[in-house]
Amino acid sequence: MFLFTGRRLLEALPILFGVSLVVFGLVHIVPGNPVDLLVPPEAPAEVVAHLKAIYGFDKPLYVQYAAWLMRTLTGDFGISVFNTQPVAGQLFEALRNTFQLAVPAALLGFSVGIALGLLAAFHHGRWLDKLFSGLAITGVSLPHYWFAIVMVLVFSVFLNWLPAQGMAEEGTSLLGRLSYLVLPVITLSLIPMGVVARLVRATVLEILGQEFVGALTAKGLTRRPTLLHVCKNAAPPVLALMGLQFGYLLGGSILVETVFNWPGSGNLLNLAIFRRDIPVLQATILVLAFFFVLLNLAVDIAQAAIDPRVRR
Amino acid sequence: MASTSTLDGGTVRVGAAVAPAQPGIGYWRAVGRRLARDPITIAVTIVIVGIVLMAIFAPWIAPQDPLAGSVLRRLKPIGTPGHWLGTDETGRDLWTRLVYGSRLTLIAGVAPVAISLVIGSCLGIVAGYAGGVLGNVIMRLMDVFYAFPSILLAIAICGLMGNGLLNSVLALSIVFIPPMCRIAESVTTQTRTLDYVDAARASGTTTSQIIRHHVLANVLGTILVYATSLISLSIILSAGLSFLGLGVTPPNPEWGLMLNSLRQAIYVQPLVAALPGVMIFITSMCFNLMSDGFRSAMDVRLAQ
Repeated sequence: MFLFTGRRLLEALPILFGVSLVVFGLVHIVPGNPVDLLVPPEAPAEVVAHLKAIYGFDKPLYVQYAAWLMRTLTGDFGISVFNTQPVAGQLFEALRNTFQLAVPAALLGFSVGIALGLLAAFHHGRWLDKLFSGLAITGVSLPHYWFAIVMVLVFSVFLNWLPAQGMAEEGTSLLGRLSYLVLPVITLSLIPMGVVARLVRATVLEILGQEFVGALTAKGLTRRPTLLHVCKNAAPPVLALMGLQFGYLLGGSILVETVFNWPGSGNLLNLAIFRRDIPVLQATILVLAFFFVLLNLAVDIAQAAIDPRVRR
Repeated sequence: MASTSTLDGGTVRVGAAVAPAQPGIGYWRAVGRRLARDPITIAVTIVIVGIVLMAIFAPWIAPQDPLAGSVLRRLKPIGTPGHWLGTDETGRDLWTRLVYGSRLTLIAGVAPVAISLVIGSCLGIVAGYAGGVLGNVIMRLMDVFYAFPSILLAIAICGLMGNGLLNSVLALSIVFIPPMCRIAESVTTQTRTLDYVDAARASGTTTSQIIRHHVLANVLGTILVYATSLISLSIILSAGLSFLGLGVTPPNPEWGLMLNSLRQAIYVQPLVAALPGVMIFITSMCFNLMSDGFRSAMDVRLAQ
């Protein structure tokens, strides 16, 4: 187990290096210098040259990459081109807000998804299975940004129960804060709910068909402990999927954050794209991808802890 | 059940285990029979065919101009004479725009899946068959792209290259290549070591023949099923890119973009504003259900 953990940690390093290369390279897939995109075309040449020197865009690419990587590794993400504030502060503020949405959404989506999937599998072929499978496929097929609009329409415009946009201001009561969370969290939880329910159902059905389940029943084990065996065997693939889905919630909430005007990392990324704010953009993508790699690493290790067969 | 006519006793699964290079007519006939007994799959397939026909014959189905608006008839409700689904924020007929919108939405959703299917399976077959350094380089490269949450990567690429249909297709293709490649690689590696492939090699079959007859037959079955399940996601994501203002450019009709521009009008005409999203939902739901139907029809083990 210890060896496995060490090996997986080592394997993650080249991937992280590759990720940093891609994030750095992304900015340079656009022809031309990033500064030229920012300044108006009539700007004097010396001002442009000065700006390039400040941001280091005048040096060769590999020098820029090395400098950027060294700075980033020490936690210095540079300065926003848009508002000249340090990127790190804005980014961590935004990440905190995104976590506020992603963690409850993941908890909600995963628990409902697992429950739906298990119930559907154990009632295979009956109406409960059909109903829950239908719910799951709806969750997967819904364009969540549209569902967000519909939620706002129903609960904020027609019923006027919940706030439509934004985040509670400082000093709002706990209930007031929570009311801002309800709609985005429900919207975000739909996709993980559907995906997890579908996988749980498929995996449990497959395991129920395996011979060892029949053997357990044949030797006289009652229903409850048998189900425990089934669940334990179904856990590793479901765990892997939940890791991926949580990563998507962190990185992919951009559409939902845009609709709800939630000041999270997705919103920051969206603004950075439209403002051509390269340092913010690079830092946001890098940190989110970094989280994603670490998350997958944690899932791999957890899988190995549950299922010794994974530790090969 | 019809499963007795399948390959060898009905215990094989679509994928590397399907032994003969050309599945006998019995297998496909069995799949067809199972599909014919599945009313949901038939219904959603008809809906999808309908949407595709709507995209092809848009000018005949909706004779109005999708780009011509009028300040006088902005945001008319559903059921207005001459505009039975109402009008949008610049007075353009919504029915016309929804019909024409199916063109760009389908292209932007299906093209990335098709492109990544070709490139991903080529890379995967090469990586799986060649193995060694080349295979390793390809697969580690895929790992790096796998390390990004998919929507994030698509948005970043699209945002930096600028908006437009082409860039959105390109960005989503890059996102879908790694999973396709992984599947193709694992099926290829499984196939390569099967006894009958060894036998074929021993009896003098060339590499290109083995790949064309044995590897491709196995890879394509698995990857096509996977690709159909990706179309729904691809449509949601590409419409999402347009929704963010990163995909198709205005004033072209595209469902995601229409949803975005009508978002300001949800307080005035909520039902009209929600319609483009309904279209995205129906289309992606149908693709998902169709993919599920085909998968279970092709999975011989479920037919028992």
